[in-house]
Amino acid sequence: MRIEGKEQIWKEYQKEIPNDDFFYVRSCIRQNLFPASEVIFLKILREELSKTIYETPHHTTCGGIGYHSDIVPIETVMTIIARQFALMTEAGFENYACSCITSFGLYSEIIETWNHFPELLEKTRKSLKEATGREFNIPKHLAHASDVIYKVRNEIAEKAKYKLINKHTGKPLKVVEHIGCHYSKMFPNKGIGGAEYPYVLTGMVEAWGGEIVDYPERRHCCGFGFRQYLVQANRGYSLANTHKKFESMEPFEPDMIITNCPGCPFFLDRWQYVIAETEGKCYGAKGQGIPVFTYEEVAGMVLGYDPWDLGLQVHQIAVEPLLDKIGIPYNPETKYQGLNGKDLGKPELPKNICSC
Amino acid sequence: MKTLYEQLAKDVRFQEGMNACINCGTCTAICPAAEFYDYDPRRVVDLVQSKNEVEIEKLLREDTIWLCGECMSCVTRCPRKNAPGLIIMAMRSLSQDLGYFTDSEKGRQQLALKRTIGKMILDTGYCLYRRWVTPEAHPEGGPIWKWTFDNVDALYERLGCNLDGEGNGVLRKIPQEDLDELKRIFEVTGGMDRYEKIENYSAKKAEEMGLSMDEYITQSVLGKQ
Repeated sequence: MRIEGKEQIWKEYQKEIPNDDFFYVRSCIRQNLFPASEVIFLKILREELSKTIYETPHHTTCGGIGYHSDIVPIETVMTIIARQFALMTEAGFENYACSCITSFGLYSEIIETWNHFPELLEKTRKSLKEATGREFNIPKHLAHASDVIYKVRNEIAEKAKYKLINKHTGKPLKVVEHIGCHYSKMFPNKGIGGAEYPYVLTGMVEAWGGEIVDYPERRHCCGFGFRQYLVQANRGYSLANTHKKFESMEPFEPDMIITNCPGCPFFLDRWQYVIAETEGKCYGAKGQGIPVFTYEEVAGMVLGYDPWDLGLQVHQIAVEPLLDKIGIPYNPETKYQGLNGKDLGKPELPKNICSC
Repeated sequence: MKTLYEQLAKDVRFQEGMNACINCGTCTAICPAAEFYDYDPRRVVDLVQSKNEVEIEKLLREDTIWLCGECMSCVTRCPRKNAPGLIIMAMRSLSQDLGYFTDSEKGRQQLALKRTIGKMILDTGYCLYRRWVTPEAHPEGGPIWKWTFDNVDALYERLGCNLDGEGNGVLRKIPQEDLDELKRIFEVTGGMDRYEKIENYSAKKAEEMGLSMDEYITQSVLGKQ
């Protein structure tokens, strides 16, 4: 049988993802901005699915944000990454899973560079030995953490208590998926589905009952742009690019957004707030925003975890309207509480965008 | 003495990213920076491939090369497998090596990045450290950012994190022996040298401009007050 067209293209962008036994490294940005997401990732894989996910307190940042802010040279990030691989090697693992998209892109770039320039691999080995005394193997498999959840999406679906379906209409929720640029734009064959038809989040959404929205600016950057957000004077770049995406998706009336990048959900969430506060415009129905989620949060939602255990209270755009659509119960009284019901006060309400 | 083009060509990212550009402009059409700024990656790549030293030096000294967001959308689209984003990264490295970056307003922002992101990396092992990301510097974070900032210990504990704690977990304290290894990597591989160059060239420029270092940073980060 001949394989043609999209089927042929799709075949080229299949990716082998191991079923178990990962060495896991955390994301600087994700830990700070969506602190519960990595907790949920490990809970799902270890407790729900009995996978082996090893972590060590000894890994550091990969240096990616510094590299893409151009303050850290490539030789330095190569050696930091070599050290992370050394920790994996010392722990006896071959499958490497990282939580951050910037890291995933950088790992892919560095491994590709070593493949093209073997002398740089040797130089990195020497630098790492000189600096730390360590030696390393390159991982047999490199996965982004969203690849791992994609791999087990059907197992999650089997255990799910809720589906991404509007309980009032019985129709699938309309979901915008936003893929971090560094997942596959540089190296399409490193991501599931490549750069044009990335399937990593679409596969999750379809498995969990939702329907993907295809809109013109689906592949446009969220606007992080490293120095373009990190330096205050440049932040208009970030806002303008998020604005472009929302203007493009608005006519399709999405119910929610799912992302696989540490920074994107923050920008898509917070710039909606800024647009509402400065221009009075809200992109959701009835003065609401469009809620933005990490893929771990969505997995936790369908599995029936308490929304406040998932960290949904750190979102600026209220999630309650979406929880109501799906039929996920929540207690408004415990939203802003700490452990053992400790009262943490309440955040101020925004002026223009609906908050629950 | 190597030409600027020859120095760029030593950078592995330049070697990976610079093939023959056909000036189709696809990179500019897809570029988020071109959407927002007066920025044209096609023009940058074309000027560089011309090997015109005067034009290359101008690029290394002006704002243009600092406008890219390094999203690498251009890499996906280029029909000739050029990577304008990688060429920009090689140019930014050379601009900092030579001290040219301080000639442009956007280039001068490197000092602020070095003193924030660069400091967090070496001091904490993270490129972002929650307690240092204040609501005042991030008003776009909204009331929720302020609430999470004000309640960071209690909230992150409630969410199962290990903020500044020993052992594994979200935002654990990275042990000092690991920070020492990280610093040693910076020393061995040129990371510390890059930091020092950014500091030294910036101090020299601040003096030329008649500014204190605080004024220099404020101007670069917020614009002239």
